[in-house]
Amino acid sequence: MKEIKIRTHNLTLFYGAKMALNSISMDIPEKEVTAFIGPSGCGKSTFLRTLNRMNDLIPSVRITGEVLVDGLNIYDKQIDSVNLRKKVGMVFQKSNPFSKSIFENVAYGPRINGLNNKAKLAEIVETSLKKAFIWEEVKDRLHDSAMGLSGGQQQRMCIARTLAVEPEIILMDEPASALDPISTAKIEELIFELKKNYTIVIVTHNMQQAARVSDLTAFFYLGELIEFGKTRKIFTTPDKKHTEEYITGRFG
Amino acid sequence: MDNPKETSGFVFSKESLKKKFRLSEFLSEKIITGVAFLSIAIIVLIFFFVFRESLPIFSQQKAVVKVEHAEKQEQYGVAADSTQTNSSGQEQYGVTSNDTMMIEDQAREVDTVVHGSDRATAKSLLGKQWLPVSDNPRYGLIPLFVGTLKITLIAILFAAPIAILAALFSAAFAPYWLREIIKPAIELLAGFPSVVIGFFALMVMASFFQNLFGYDGRLNAFVGGVAMALAAIPIIFTITEDALTAVPKTYTEASLALGATRWQTALFVTLPAATPGIFAAILLGIGRIFGETMIALMATGNAAMIGINPFESVRTLAATIGAEMAEVVFGDTHYNVLFLIGALLFVFTFSLNAVAEFYVKGKLVKRFQGKQS
Amino acid sequence: MSKRKSITGGLFIGATAFSAFLIIAIIILLLVVIIIGGKGTFSWEFLTAFPEDGMMKGGIFPAIYGTVLLVLIMSIAAVPFGTITALYLAEYAHEKSILAQTIRFAVRTLATVPSIIFGLFGLGFFIKFVGSGMDDVFLGGQLKWGQPNILWASLTMALLTLPVVIVSVEEAIRTVPREMREASLALGATKWETIKRIVIPGSRSGIMTGTILAVSRGAGEVAPILFTGAAYYLATLPTSVSDQFMNLGYHIYIMATQSANVDQTLPIQFATTMVLLLLTFTLNLAAVIIRAQLRRKAK
Repeated sequence: MKEIKIRTHNLTLFYGAKMALNSISMDIPEKEVTAFIGPSGCGKSTFLRTLNRMNDLIPSVRITGEVLVDGLNIYDKQIDSVNLRKKVGMVFQKSNPFSKSIFENVAYGPRINGLNNKAKLAEIVETSLKKAFIWEEVKDRLHDSAMGLSGGQQQRMCIARTLAVEPEIILMDEPASALDPISTAKIEELIFELKKNYTIVIVTHNMQQAARVSDLTAFFYLGELIEFGKTRKIFTTPDKKHTEEYITGRFG
Repeated sequence: MDNPKETSGFVFSKESLKKKFRLSEFLSEKIITGVAFLSIAIIVLIFFFVFRESLPIFSQQKAVVKVEHAEKQEQYGVAADSTQTNSSGQEQYGVTSNDTMMIEDQAREVDTVVHGSDRATAKSLLGKQWLPVSDNPRYGLIPLFVGTLKITLIAILFAAPIAILAALFSAAFAPYWLREIIKPAIELLAGFPSVVIGFFALMVMASFFQNLFGYDGRLNAFVGGVAMALAAIPIIFTITEDALTAVPKTYTEASLALGATRWQTALFVTLPAATPGIFAAILLGIGRIFGETMIALMATGNAAMIGINPFESVRTLAATIGAEMAEVVFGDTHYNVLFLIGALLFVFTFSLNAVAEFYVKGKLVKRFQGKQS
Repeated sequence: MSKRKSITGGLFIGATAFSAFLIIAIIILLLVVIIIGGKGTFSWEFLTAFPEDGMMKGGIFPAIYGTVLLVLIMSIAAVPFGTITALYLAEYAHEKSILAQTIRFAVRTLATVPSIIFGLFGLGFFIKFVGSGMDDVFLGGQLKWGQPNILWASLTMALLTLPVVIVSVEEAIRTVPREMREASLALGATKWETIKRIVIPGSRSGIMTGTILAVSRGAGEVAPILFTGAAYYLATLPTSVSDQFMNLGYHIYIMATQSANVDQTLPIQFATTMVLLLLTFTLNLAAVIIRAQLRRKAK
C-alpha cells in the first residue's frame, strides 16, 4: 500500500440547513487514481470540492471534521487556501478556458506566481502541453484564442494549465462527461500517464470509465460514503447491496 | 513573490501553506468596499448640502443679510453676472449694489442688518405669490406647487396609458422580431436629451397645438406636459415591460389552458399580476416629470400662476431653480428659498423611489411566491 | 366565443399596437423634424467655427469643445468609481447583506434624483464648500475655485452618470462565467488576481457600454451645469479646469429662450440641436448594439 496523501476524518458538510455530506472518512493513497461514483446529487462532487476548499466560495456552506493533506488539516485556520490550491489542482466538468491565447491560458498559473521570464514561461508551457498530450496539436497556434479549440482539446489544455502550476494532487470533476468517445479515450490515456507523478481523484458518472482508469473506487449515496476499496473488488464483489445495485445499473 | 523554483519542488509543509498576509488583496478589498460606499455618501451629502443651503430661512438669528439698496434689487441678476460673485468662504454674505461687494465683517452684519420684512418665513412660503425679484419680494411656493402638479398630471395622463399599452403590446402580442425593434427604439428615446425634447416642444409642438386648439399663449402647461410625457414614456415602458415579462409563465399558460384568448389572458391575468410593477413604473415616471427642468423651462411659459386651465402658463419647482439660481445672489433669501425648493424636490423623488422600491418589491415577492397578497 | 368579445379583443390589441407605434412614430418625427430643420445650416464650417455677431451667425465650435471636455473629465471621474462600485456589488458584496442592499438602493436613488438637484449640489458642495474652502486654504481667500467652472460641472455630471456606469458594468461582470473564476482560483490565484486578470478583461465591453451611455447622458444634460460652469458665450476656449465653458445643450437652451432674435437664429438652433441629437443618438445606438451582442453572448 502506498502512502496516504489525503485523509478525511468525519467530514460533514451543510448547505445552509441541509446536510450534503455525512461524516465521510477515507484515505486516498499517493500516486494512484481514486474514482468517486454514485448517482447525481450523492455528494461526490461536493466532496471533491472540499479537498481543495473550492466550497469556501459558497457563503452558505459549513464544514465540520478534518481533511488532512500530507498530514496537515487544510481547514485549519492557519492554512492558506490560495497556496493550497496551487498544490491541489482541479479540472472541471465543463472545460473552462480563459478567453486568452492558449499560451496565456497555460502560463496563467506561473504568472500568478510571479514568473515573468519569457523563456522560462515558454518552457513551462511547452512541457505542460506535452504532458497533457496536446502539444503536437497546438504548437503552431499557441497564440490563437483557446476558445477556438475543440471541446476535447480545450479540456486537455485545461489539464495542461493545471499541470503548469505543478500541483501534487489533481482533482477531476467529471472531466470527460461532455466529450465524445475519442476525446474521452485520450483523457483516460492521459490520466493513466499522469498517475505516475500525481495523485488523482476523479469524479465520474461513467462506471466503465471508473473501472478502466481507477485503482480505487468510492461509492457515494445520499451524502454518505457507502463503500470504498480496490476498484476491481468494488466492481466484482462489492460488500454492500447498494453498491451492487448501482453498479449493475438497477438505479441511478 | 514566490520564487518559481520554490513552487516547483516542495512538499506540503506548515511553512508553505501558512496563512499569508497579502497586502494587495487586503488593500483591493478595502478600497473597493470603500469606493462602493461612495454612492451612499453622495446621497447623504446631497441631502446635507442641499438642506444646508436652505437652512437660514428657518433660523431667526442667523438671518441673511438684507440688501440695503432695495431699489436696485431688480437688477441684481445683472450684478451677479457682471461682478464675479465673490466668495470668501463664508456661507452668507451680502451684496450692496451692482458692483460693490460688502466683504466686511459679515458676522457683525448678520446680527445687525436684518430686514425682517424680506425674510421668508414658513408663513410667507405658503403664500400665493412667487415674486422673488421685486421691491417687496414674496416667496410663496403655492403657485409653483400647483404648476408642477398640473404639469405632472397632464404628462402622466398621456404617458402612462401609452407606455403601459405599448409595453403590453411588446410583452404579450408583438412577435419576437418586432419586440426586438420596439424595445431598443424606446431605449433610444430615453437617451434623447431633455433639452432636445424641450426644443422640439418649444419650436414644433407649441405651434402645432396652438393651431389645433386656438388658444392664446403658445407655451403652457399642456405643451409642457405633453413634452414631459415623452421623457416619462421610456421609463414607464421599460419598467412595465419588465414587470409584465416577469409574470410567471405558469400564470398565462393556466389561463390559456382554460380556453382564454391571448388578449383576455393579457388583460385579465398578466396585467393584474404585474400591477405592483406597473405602479412602480408610474411612480418613477412621476418622479421623472416632477424633477424635469429643461423641458419645463423651455415649454411651459414659466409664469407662476394658479389655476386649473391646462392652457395657461405655469412655472414648476424645478424650472424655478433652473431659471433663477444663476442670477441670484449667493446667500440671500432668494438663494436659500431656491435651495429649499431643491430640498423638497429631493425629498419628494427620494420618497417616490423608496416607495417604489420597498412597497412594490415586497408585494411582488409575496405575490409570486404564492403567499397572501 | 361571442362576436362582441372578439371585437373587443381586436380593439384592445389594436390599442396596444397603436401605442407602441405611436411612440416609434414620435421618435422618428422628432428625428426627422430636427434633421430637416438643421441640415441646411449644418456644415463642416458650422462645426469648426466660433459664433459671430453676438451668436447671430457663425459656428458652434466652442460649444462642441466644451461638451467634449466636460464628458472627458466626467468620464475620468465616473468610470473608475462606477466600475469599482460595480465590482463590489458583483464580486464582494453578499447579496443579502444590509450594506449591499443599501448601496443598491443608493445607486437606484441616485439614478432617480432630478438632474437639477445635482446642479444644486454642485453649487452647494463643489463650488461653495470645496472650491471656496480651497481658495481659503491655498489662496488666502482669493477667488479662483469658489466659482463655477468646468471642473465642478464635470464632477457634478460625474455623480449624475455614476449609476449609468455602475448598472452597465455590473451587468457585464455578471456575464463572466463562474467557471472562469473557479478555474482561476483553482490555479491558485487570489480573489483580486482573478478579478484583475479574468473578471475585468471579461467585462471590457460592459465598461465600454457604460462609458458610452454615461458620455451620451453627460453630453445631453443641461440642468446640472446651468449654474456650475456653463457659460452663455466665451470668446476663448477654456484653457484650465478653472475656466468656464460653452456647452451644446446649454447653447440650445440659451439660443432658444434668451437670444436677442430667436427667429433669426432659428437655423443655428436647429443645427445645434441636430448635432446634439445625432451625437447622443449615435452613442446610444452604439451602446444598444454592444449590449445586445453582450446579452447574446451571455445566453
